[in-house]
Amino acid sequence: MTSIALRRARLPFRAGVTLAATAWLVAWLAEAPLSDWLTFSVLGLERGSHLGEAVAFFLLDVPKVLLLLVGIITVVTLIRGFFPPERVRAALAGRGTLTGSVAAAAFGIVTPFCSCSAVPLFIGFVEAGIPLGVTFAFLISSPMVNEVALVLLWGLFGPGIALVYMAAGLTVAIVGGLVIGRLGMERYVEDYVWALQGKAGAVVEIRLGWDDRIRDAWAYTKELVRRIAPYLLVGIGIGALIHGYAPTELVAAIGGRSNPLAVPIVVLIALPLYSNAAGTIPIVQALLGKGMPLGTTLAFMMAITAISLPEFIILRRVIRWPLIATFATVVTIGVLFIGYLFNALIP
Amino acid sequence: MTKIEVLGSGCSNCIRLEKNAREAVAALGVDAEIVKVTDYAEIMAYGVMSTPGLVIDGRVVSVGRVPSAGDITGWLSE
Repeated sequence: MTSIALRRARLPFRAGVTLAATAWLVAWLAEAPLSDWLTFSVLGLERGSHLGEAVAFFLLDVPKVLLLLVGIITVVTLIRGFFPPERVRAALAGRGTLTGSVAAAAFGIVTPFCSCSAVPLFIGFVEAGIPLGVTFAFLISSPMVNEVALVLLWGLFGPGIALVYMAAGLTVAIVGGLVIGRLGMERYVEDYVWALQGKAGAVVEIRLGWDDRIRDAWAYTKELVRRIAPYLLVGIGIGALIHGYAPTELVAAIGGRSNPLAVPIVVLIALPLYSNAAGTIPIVQALLGKGMPLGTTLAFMMAITAISLPEFIILRRVIRWPLIATFATVVTIGVLFIGYLFNALIP
Repeated sequence: MTKIEVLGSGCSNCIRLEKNAREAVAALGVDAEIVKVTDYAEIMAYGVMSTPGLVIDGRVVSVGRVPSAGDITGWLSE
């Protein structure tokens, strides 16, 4: 290791971390009054007008969401560094399908997962003899119930909705994993994956110091925010348009309680859409504001984040289409069920 | 000659890692060959599950993160 360089950098590094944390806190406190002042005093827009409300929503949400992302993702990534996939795999190996699926879904929340690592992860799980259903519980949970979704939901709506979303996502992942496990679809896994069983090298574990961990977390956060920023801006833009312009009656007519088909309709709308949680939540925020019931809104968000064509194309390298189709169908049914359940439970 | 292998499917992190490795090699002026390993069987053979991974002369020095050029310089001069 480059111990000399690290020692030299230690003092300014610590000071930098403190400074960054303070700057974040100041920005967080000053953000709401600033955006209000900007919209209604500097731009001179009228309070309560369509344009004024849309612009205020946009200017309030963009910095707020960015601050939340940057601040909390850095902290969460730091914690997550202690749960690498290698360790998860070791914990899951040799467990039964039920306990395995529950544990895999829970691990899905904390382990880093991006679609580009889906393939080595899948092979790694199969290689260790983890049942297919357990592997899928992880694959369903990981993109849907992730730190970005939870942090944003918590920050924008409070802990209640965040925890409800987490519980719903975990349920879909666990049940989905159990169902796929029961269907016996092992033959749709590409042969070369099975051929690798027992051939992988010993797992390497690399020890890292705190400075390295903080630096890694910060680098990861920058990269993540850069990657999701376009989705976020578009999402907030659409959210702002809905907030300012969409007639409440229209939202109520399509997604409202009086329409018994509201859940399947919004899920159908969401299926071809692909975005990550960050881009979806501002839209969700606006829809909830327009009176869409919670179950319908959750179904909409889950369908967008959990079912994505790009991920399917990547997974095609290890599994064949029948299994991918089953995966999509099981998740869709789960999401529909969650939508109706929460609409029935929460009046 | 040193052999540096970058393990990964070609995602953005693998590209950043390769760039850092090139910087480290240039900074030290060592004779090194940088190879990209994209075949999953080969990646798994190194016991690497989270990409990108970095292998120097057959030894895995980093997995699941993008080490800086400074880190790589340190490993190369060990």
